[in-house]
Amino acid sequence: MNAKGTLMSESTAKNPPADGPTHQPGSVGLVAPQTAHIDTPLLLDCGRRIEEYELVYEAYGALNERADNAVLICHALSGDHHAAGRHRPEDRKPGWWDTAIGPGKPIDTDRFFVVCVNNLGGCKGSTGPLSENPETGRPYGPDFPILTVRDWVNSQHALMRRLGISRWAAVAGGSLGGMQVMQWAISYPEAVTHAVVIAAAPKLSAQNIAFNEVARQAIITDPDFHDGRYAEHGVIPRRGLMLARMLGHITYLSDDAMRAKFGRELRSGKVQYGFDVEFQVESYLRYQGTSFVDRFDANTYLLMTKALDYFDPAAEADDDLATALAPATARFLVVSFTSDWRFSPVRSKEIVRALLATGKSVSYAEVEAHQGHDAFLMPIPYYHQVLRGYFDNIARNMTEEAGA
Amino acid sequence: MNRPDWDIVTGWIGEGARVLDLGCGDGALLRHLIAERSVRGVGMEVDDERVARGVAADLNIIQADLDDGIRDWFGVHSFDYVLVSQTIQAIRHPERLLGEMLDIASEGIVTFPNMGYWRNRWQLGVQGMMPTTKALPNPWYNTPNIHLCTLRDFESLCEGLGIEILDRAVVDQNRRSSPLLRALPNWFGEHAIYRIRKRVP
Repeated sequence: MNAKGTLMSESTAKNPPADGPTHQPGSVGLVAPQTAHIDTPLLLDCGRRIEEYELVYEAYGALNERADNAVLICHALSGDHHAAGRHRPEDRKPGWWDTAIGPGKPIDTDRFFVVCVNNLGGCKGSTGPLSENPETGRPYGPDFPILTVRDWVNSQHALMRRLGISRWAAVAGGSLGGMQVMQWAISYPEAVTHAVVIAAAPKLSAQNIAFNEVARQAIITDPDFHDGRYAEHGVIPRRGLMLARMLGHITYLSDDAMRAKFGRELRSGKVQYGFDVEFQVESYLRYQGTSFVDRFDANTYLLMTKALDYFDPAAEADDDLATALAPATARFLVVSFTSDWRFSPVRSKEIVRALLATGKSVSYAEVEAHQGHDAFLMPIPYYHQVLRGYFDNIARNMTEEAGA
Repeated sequence: MNRPDWDIVTGWIGEGARVLDLGCGDGALLRHLIAERSVRGVGMEVDDERVARGVAADLNIIQADLDDGIRDWFGVHSFDYVLVSQTIQAIRHPERLLGEMLDIASEGIVTFPNMGYWRNRWQLGVQGMMPTTKALPNPWYNTPNIHLCTLRDFESLCEGLGIEILDRAVVDQNRRSSPLLRALPNWFGEHAIYRIRKRVP
């Protein structure tokens, strides 16, 4: 590949900097994001083209000589490339899937080379609405093309080749990440040995789309939105983005999880007969909303929800998911969580059934969990036991093939 | 240790067959069949620990409760054989499961502990207590086995459901056969193993 611009640095192919004071067993330690400049044009589903773009990613563990131990992690709606470890020793929180990725963890970085990419259209460094539009010299803002899950997968495929990888040992992800995994298995069957689809759905339900639409309307009707050109006005649609996130959070948790976490607990011990924050759950949602505004871009949020809405691989196969998944040659692990009502076990079952119908290799675990959709990020013992067992097999089969 | 019914089940299954094992536990029988018959196997199991062990053994395991029915999961004739090994007696609706099995596979193989085994009859009929034996180790108040039957019970159910019995084998705990066992299977067979299919009208 005649790659120009930023290439993977020396440290990509080896362990990321993992010494330093915060390194502890089970953590990948301190990590640094890297940037790949891709100059192969990307033709998008919407008909537009992106001539060149940047993808920010992180990598943990070492790519082996055969380059057959690479695992791609796909992130969800508000996620990014920072899946594990810490950027600075003082970071309060590690990456979003630190519970599952690290030395000795289910996705073991002592054995796998784990890559996580900030999706195109994101706001954490990959080319997106915040980037400069080469045609105008100003940020894209609302002019950034609307992307689909397939567009993302195509861009991730370009990065894969850039990294010198021709086949992922596994592609794994939860929620919107799980949808990317399915698309990978369909679009690039030769490049996916194992597909790990967690807390996902083969397409959104009307209810799912409805929630997304309320979130979008909250953003779009914010007086500070300015048709998406808020940056040019020096403002951000703070209220709208906050409301969108608050709504999202309600759908990520279960009734039980909220009851367990907050109940009807009052912050000051008694009701105040007013509209200030009184219940702990209100305080939590407002905190989640406001902190999100500081780290996420409203235009990106709109794009991501659209990608979710549009995802429907069966649509091009006479609405038959089995036919849509037929090209896949990967072995699948599908996982769902009992209290997840955003993408309930019924939705995962649709995926499993479609895979079984065409004789694909698939295992399915339905994890008893009260945390709702968020459960896929939690270190639930049974969930991690299944993940670990599955990835152990991937590693074992890899070694056997290498020996053969 | 192989369970007493394994050899017979293995003998009935063709090379490279598509096999669904209902209530597969940790997948030991599936692994045996993959090793001996190169089958393409899928297991169904509800218990977390066993599912995790099956997945860790590189098997295809679907976590689901057989009491919820299996027809939702699989298409018509998607397997050559469906096995229910030592599980049918723990199912809420065995008659429904038998029907569903034979929708999704051309043949079914069912194994179960024979309630008509003489030790069971002795303990119930003479001692007046619910039997506990090697095949039925649990006390009555704490057993998954809610639908025990004898050979004759099972055969009469099959008759009623329009199910044809293609083969029957009966063994004792040590997988021995004997003239006595052959002459009086419902008395001396501790385990029953049946090969069944839908009766062609």
